Amino acid sequence: MSPNGSEKKTMITAREDILSRIRNAIAGQGSATGTVDKRLQAHAVNTIPARGRCDRNACIDAFVTEAEKVNATVARITGADAVPPEVVRYLTDNNLPLVLRLAPDPRVAVIPWAQQTLLEVSTGAARSSDTASVSHAFAAVAETGTVVMVSGAENPTTLNYLPPTHFAIIAVADIFGSYEEVWRRLRAQRAEVAEPCDVMPRAVNWITGPSRTADIEQTILLGAHGPQRLHIVIVDGKKI
Amino acid sequence: MEATTFRFKANARQALANDTLRDALALLSKGFPAKRLQAMARMPEFEALRDEARDIKNHVLANLDHYLERFESRVTEQGGHVHWCRDATEARQTILDICRHTDAKTVTKSKSMIGEEIAINDFLEENGITPIETDLGEYIIQLRQEPPSHIIAPAIHLKQHQVAETFRDNHAELHADRSLDEPRALLDEARSELRQKFFDADVGLTGANMLVVETGSTVLVTNEGNAELTCTLPRVHIVIASLEKIVPTLEDATTILRVLARSATGQEMSVYTSFCTGPKRANDLDGPDQYHVLLLDNGRTQLLGTEFQEMLRCIRCGACLNHCPVYKAVGGHAYGWVYSGPMGAVLIPGLIGLDQTADLPKASTLCGHCESVCPMRIPLPRMLRAWRRQLFDLRRGSKTVRFGLRAWTMLATRPGLYRVLTGITVAMLAWLGRSRGAFRSLPLAGSWSKARDLPAPEGGTFVAQWQRKKDHDHGTRRYP
Repeated sequence: MSPNGSEKKTMITAREDILSRIRNAIAGQGSATGTVDKRLQAHAVNTIPARGRCDRNACIDAFVTEAEKVNATVARITGADAVPPEVVRYLTDNNLPLVLRLAPDPRVAVIPWAQQTLLEVSTGAARSSDTASVSHAFAAVAETGTVVMVSGAENPTTLNYLPPTHFAIIAVADIFGSYEEVWRRLRAQRAEVAEPCDVMPRAVNWITGPSRTADIEQTILLGAHGPQRLHIVIVDGKKI
Repeated sequence: MEATTFRFKANARQALANDTLRDALALLSKGFPAKRLQAMARMPEFEALRDEARDIKNHVLANLDHYLERFESRVTEQGGHVHWCRDATEARQTILDICRHTDAKTVTKSKSMIGEEIAINDFLEENGITPIETDLGEYIIQLRQEPPSHIIAPAIHLKQHQVAETFRDNHAELHADRSLDEPRALLDEARSELRQKFFDADVGLTGANMLVVETGSTVLVTNEGNAELTCTLPRVHIVIASLEKIVPTLEDATTILRVLARSATGQEMSVYTSFCTGPKRANDLDGPDQYHVLLLDNGRTQLLGTEFQEMLRCIRCGACLNHCPVYKAVGGHAYGWVYSGPMGAVLIPGLIGLDQTADLPKASTLCGHCESVCPMRIPLPRMLRAWRRQLFDLRRGSKTVRFGLRAWTMLATRPGLYRVLTGITVAMLAWLGRSRGAFRSLPLAGSWSKARDLPAPEGGTFVAQWQRKKDHDHGTRRYP
């Protein structure tokens, strides 16, 4: 939007006005100069609950337990080759069409989908007609069974929300205890690849179980606007 | 929205006589508090997290100007736009301008209390733009043209059959004798009604649970996934947030998220927590082309630096509503404005003035349950008393009540006189009530005893009993 001159003027006024109201009201309360910037750069970690401070194997088990508690289903398999049979098994068991919309993620592309001859796959952002999607999680958090999705050309956000069935693939090495570890990893990774100002991708989405609502008499129902089924596929072994 | 806060007493009386509402509220007061307790039991660090959450927000409020400026720079650096709005009028106009600049015809909305505060739906409609609520609860009450009755469960006052009636009235294109007896059928119908609207909308309007300064991100927490569709599918994403939603870092946001859902619905974490930062990037396949954040004051700065500053720590979890004996009896609509329960009774007078809202701070038993469950440790009872004191100082309220309060002050600040007078009163009441053990009615307590008996006192005043107990202990126990 390009606001015209007069609008711009009133906006600046509102900004100055609000800031000066704040400064008058909190005069004398503020921390020493520089505290704010130091705090923003320090990324100090607050209390991490004990259940988020687990060792590798305990983390994986805890992640599975917590994810299942919030109605996600989890499968643990070895190697990328085992993904298509697992996905087909899930779709068949749930009586769902063998059609998938895949994320354009190289880690999804190397999976040998063609081995499953009945499976119909296409790649790209989700469309309204898609019935099931496959995307690759950036990380997972044991504390609450949460998968962390990061937007970008490789994993369009719509894949996580539009189709009624969502397969989230996660490499076993990307399962962490706490959210804080995931933030640390995201910052490190973005420092390598992104423009200096792009600390964050457009969207970071924590997903803890399939979509739900309790808006009608507090009855919990799955599949409100997002997916009704979230199937998490943990891939062991060599990172795909 | 137009406030009917001045009619609180009449609203409350009406609510008390509404049997359907009472059923719905009974369900609420059984559900959320029990689930909250279960979540507490699984999180031994919860009290420490509450302390940290409180400290984070205290620090933010004490440095709010610096944080807001830095937040603005971060959003702008990443291609977003920040708009500062002093009041509801400026916020509405800003949203309308953005809609006009982008030729918007329809706006999908995910639940936002700020949206309610500035009554954006009515305003957009008056200006030829169709707003569509997408949270199931908000969608239901939008069809019914009602305000929300709870900050996280807007349609909590409704029973299933009422929702079914609403859908039959509004979805006229569907088969008239379809079955809507199951909640599932209602959800499926709403989902399919809204699906195409998500795709057709030009603008997505959301609130924000937090604004993260470090990254210039806005944080959204939902269970349905409607907020995610709202901020991903339309060409334009507008976020409306009040100034105090600021948190410094992703770590700080994380700490607050750990207490938010547990206090609200008793979930360990809401299903969807989304951090949105700027518009679609160069290679992205989806996401909005424009990203706007409105920073709204609307009375917040008036609370800063006063005895109500701590109210600005509120993260709108609704725990104080779920545990309040008054809220659980009258529901949210009785309060007459966007917010309700203890947080509403403190915040509403602060935002729209005491003139129209004098009854709200009085709508509390001061039992303290709200403060004990507040994840941000906001001293709600102290603030309710502060409003009452201001009302007294402003000479508001009936002569009788003011006289009573003055008499009480005189008595309560003179311990000797207090003991003598209460001693006499108790003795008299004990003697008068000796045959029945209770009173059906008493002078000066007419409305109190209308619905219940007052038990006759037994065994003297508390102070007298305490003294006796102390004497007794001294006589029987040997101290080294």
